[in-house]
Amino acid sequence: MRNPLSDTIVSIPPSGIRKFFDIVSEMKDAISLGVGEPDFDTPWHIREEGIYSLEKGRTFYTSNAGLKELKTEICHYLKRRMEVSYDPDKEVMVTVGGSEAIDIALRAMLNPGDEVLVPQPSYVSYVPCVTLAGGKPVIIELEERDQFKLTREKLLEKLTPQTKILILPFPNNPTGAIMEREELEVIAEIVKEKDLFVISDEIYGELTYKNQHVTIAALPGMKERCVLINGFSKAYAMTGWRLGYACAPEIILKQMLKIHQYAIMCAPTTSQYAAVSALRNGDGDVEMMRESYNQRRRFLMHTYEEMGLECFEPFGAFYTFPNIKRFGMTSDEFATRLLREEKVAVVPGTAFGDCGEGYVRISYAYSLKSLKEALGRIQRFICRLEGKG
Amino acid sequence: MREKILAVIEKNSRIDIKDLAVLLGESEVAVANEIAAMEKERIICGYHTLINWDNTSDEKVVALIEVKVTPQRGMGFDKIAERIYQYSEVEAVYLMSGAYDFTVFIEGKTMRQVAQFVSEKLSPMESVLSTATHFVLKKYKDHGTVIAEPTQDERMLITP
Repeated sequence: MRNPLSDTIVSIPPSGIRKFFDIVSEMKDAISLGVGEPDFDTPWHIREEGIYSLEKGRTFYTSNAGLKELKTEICHYLKRRMEVSYDPDKEVMVTVGGSEAIDIALRAMLNPGDEVLVPQPSYVSYVPCVTLAGGKPVIIELEERDQFKLTREKLLEKLTPQTKILILPFPNNPTGAIMEREELEVIAEIVKEKDLFVISDEIYGELTYKNQHVTIAALPGMKERCVLINGFSKAYAMTGWRLGYACAPEIILKQMLKIHQYAIMCAPTTSQYAAVSALRNGDGDVEMMRESYNQRRRFLMHTYEEMGLECFEPFGAFYTFPNIKRFGMTSDEFATRLLREEKVAVVPGTAFGDCGEGYVRISYAYSLKSLKEALGRIQRFICRLEGKG
Repeated sequence: MREKILAVIEKNSRIDIKDLAVLLGESEVAVANEIAAMEKERIICGYHTLINWDNTSDEKVVALIEVKVTPQRGMGFDKIAERIYQYSEVEAVYLMSGAYDFTVFIEGKTMRQVAQFVSEKLSPMESVLSTATHFVLKKYKDHGTVIAEPTQDERMLITP
């Protein structure tokens, strides 16, 4: 029999998280601090709207780009919260999660050999998606001393004449790093000067704990160079609804829509109706969840300090990224031993890129009670390591 | 800071001052002072425990009573309310808008005990015109907390 597989997909390694997931799954009573999704249920008014749409028999396809009503609400929201204006008819499409938007944006924009700058540590799908789209991923290794922000120097260092796209993953998973207005302005200048495009993944945009999130698309001259990706998963605790969106200049969006049309048809109709309610009536829910995450974030940072676990202060998403280098083992070893010895699951930093070595991702999308219990165990683990060392 | 303190302790009055200070990013002293001040100003009026009596062997009946009254000269609603709420059986009294005047929550050991209270103490009061007693059959949610079984965390243990 012939080899049934594509060489490209075979060459892509499975997600580093997967391997760890398999180990954790064997342990029945482990406490996990390893999830990348909110612990809140989707607010009831949003679920109600989904249920209502089912009762009304709204079980058909929507137009490819999504419900007009939802696209309009998305534009209102972006105007209201992010100070950027998009045309709901031509510049917005609703996708199956932010993940689909990342994929189709890359596929719509890349030609063979085009280079895409991917800052890491970052979400696991950028590099494989670039490869699948025929582009060449070029990693920018972010560092703790820069608070894992993208700096001018780091960006210039990896630029080549082939560079076409910069992926901007802030607020960041797994580090919790954010980019503030002045820092984005520096990046925007280079993007314009070097004639690049930006895919800005702002799925955690509502979860910042310093100033309000700024999208690079709102900076002067950037909207036409930007694919803005956002969604409902994190802000409204709607991960399972699989709903995101992309905003881009018409020339790009039109092509993205073609892929979406052939590969997906349209995002789930029930989710789209529910999302309308999220945008119309969900500001209070977002505010409540943000405050709750922020409290836990403070609690974690405080407890790390008490137990002597070094960690830069993250101001976004719901992750902390403590530095474990002083324990003299790899992230993988640290996470595996913590799991085996204290039954606490965290994710090795290397799951998010090689430069995540020496760090682990600890999520605070958990109740305070669970966090307390888990941190108690981590403290015991660290004490033991130090006793030996 | 007050609003934030209240939002947390409304849901968890047993939280340590130390933890509360950490959560809010304030100093322990500042939080303690603020709480003391709010107690003094009667913003914080007590710290109670939410008990699901159905899960104990104690028999308890709760009734909601709609009460219509006629306020008399020199004796407004507040005075009448006071005469009602002084009874230890009375859990809560609210002045209402609409078809009747007070909502009175009564707790008793048996339905008979509650009925006795209504017929012997509440109804005979001079200002009370009429009462309508409704017994609580089941509590689903109380003080913002769902009284059902705790929900399990059904998320996968590790996700990207």
